[in-house]
Amino acid sequence: MFKQLANDEIETVTVILNGQEIQVPKGTTVAAIALSQGLRSTRTTPISNTKRAPFCMMGVCYDCLMVIDGKANQRACVTYVEQGMQVECQQGTGPSLGDAQ
Amino acid sequence: MKNHYQFLIIGAGPAGLAAAATASKYGISCALLDEQPEPGGQIYRAIESIPEQREKLLGSEYQRGQALVDEFRASAAEYYPETRVWSLNDQKEAGVLHHGKTKMITADQILVASGAMERPVPFPGWTLPGVMQAGAGQILFKSAGVVPSDGVVLAGSGPLLLLLAWQYLHIGVEIKAMLDITPLSNYLTALPKLPKALLAHQYLTKGIAYQIDLKRAGITTKIGVSDLRAEGDGELQSIRFRHFGREQLIKTDVLLTHFGVIPHIWLTQAAGCKHQWDKSQQCWRPEHDDWGNTSIEGVMVAGDGAGIHGARSAEHAGRLVGLQALFALGVLTQAERDSQAMEDRKWMNTDRRIRPFLEAYFAIPKKMLATPDDDTIVCRCEEITSGQIRKAVKEGHEDSNQVKYFTRCGMGACQGRQCANAVAHIVDDAGGQEISAQSHYRGRPPVAPLALGQLADLYEEDAQ
Ligand code: FES
Repeated sequence: MFKQLANDEIETVTVILNGQEIQVPKGTTVAAIALSQGLRSTRTTPISNTKRAPFCMMGVCYDCLMVIDGKANQRACVTYVEQGMQVECQQGTGPSLGDAQ
Repeated sequence: MKNHYQFLIIGAGPAGLAAAATASKYGISCALLDEQPEPGGQIYRAIESIPEQREKLLGSEYQRGQALVDEFRASAAEYYPETRVWSLNDQKEAGVLHHGKTKMITADQILVASGAMERPVPFPGWTLPGVMQAGAGQILFKSAGVVPSDGVVLAGSGPLLLLLAWQYLHIGVEIKAMLDITPLSNYLTALPKLPKALLAHQYLTKGIAYQIDLKRAGITTKIGVSDLRAEGDGELQSIRFRHFGREQLIKTDVLLTHFGVIPHIWLTQAAGCKHQWDKSQQCWRPEHDDWGNTSIEGVMVAGDGAGIHGARSAEHAGRLVGLQALFALGVLTQAERDSQAMEDRKWMNTDRRIRPFLEAYFAIPKKMLATPDDDTIVCRCEEITSGQIRKAVKEGHEDSNQVKYFTRCGMGACQGRQCANAVAHIVDDAGGQEISAQSHYRGRPPVAPLALGQLADLYEEDAQ
């Protein structure tokens, strides 16, 4: 698993990860937060329903898709945390209100 | 953001930054678009905001990016961070997504400085959570100070693996094993290229210094490793591999792999630039001349997106393209361009002397690239296996694109970014067309995700 190195210089924001409010450093990506919070997987695949997690962290593999502020299929590794952001693990194709990408 | 620029640059890594700083000195309208919130690309990621302590651990090669970013910040070039370019065509029109709004921009000259991505190499278990690319490990550390908490296994081949191991060592991350899959035969093929490489010896001495440091800390690299597999029930629990014929198992919940890097060519593909298979670099890259001109007039490439040469070289290549853009715009004469380019060309050529050696030394064995087990997933998105691809080839689909339409391999969310290279190798090996004769997956806009509503914006704008 992953951990975040101690660092007191950084400002934080509140995000809601899978229903739980957490304080996280500003300027980090959702994927980095999910991993450092101990999530091992962040979605399941629509085809075989197997677990996946961020793989490339640079926006090219699309394995980090999560539901962010109600929108499915968002790449967590290129999405930066914002105050009050709602982040959830995605099951398959996610909620239908998400934009197909 | 204007609707038209004389010089539009895509990507704020070393090539893009250097090009922007060079060209904008001459009063032309110049804009640089980049997906990240800060300039630096992946190599100098977060350079402006990184806490000092973390920056020190990244070493002088990383800190070097600061000067480049400062020069760019002081320049007259317009800068649009958090901006995604989702299309590019041969009319030099770029589709741009900025702050949730889509827009089309045109330019007289365009530089695509899209950089590199890790070479995806399918092996059993590579889709398990806990298996990531080494570049991901670096990005996590640079941009968020996030590192493995319960130890890590590093496996693969190439300088980045060594650098990452050295960085982890200094942070205090437990390195459970360093597994080098470089075939021992590579040492022989690389040897004749060594004398030339010695002319750019700073890379070699650095590599050796890292090795010594790691060895002192009790971390020895296992060389000649093969048959790497990641295993676990839904998540990574252990890895298995062969070391000099003996099978070994290591328990770990994080495995970071590295099989070199390849150019990220989705934008130049979509634009219709000609691409060729680079045998030595084992990847496709856009065709270009000494000034970065592609097969489409006014569309240029520089940096790793043009072919892998590393960050230093990218900086020089970026300046050369900046000068070329000024020449094409009629701002500089040919003689002025040539004389101003001399220093950068000289340094770039010196820097590149190491490449033939590195390419031969770290060449990924064909066995890994072309013959994954039948049940290994190749297309992570559509979950298409190596066996399905081989079956398609046997049934007469002899080229990557044919296999793609037949199997859906490469048709998922990543648009084939993770499987294009592997599929080409597998098709070649299974009796399809030779890799250099195959066409790369055709790129189609949008090459980056775009919501339907965002596309609609564009039509509204057109209608107004
Ligand atoms: S982790 Fe690969 S796209 Fe996000």
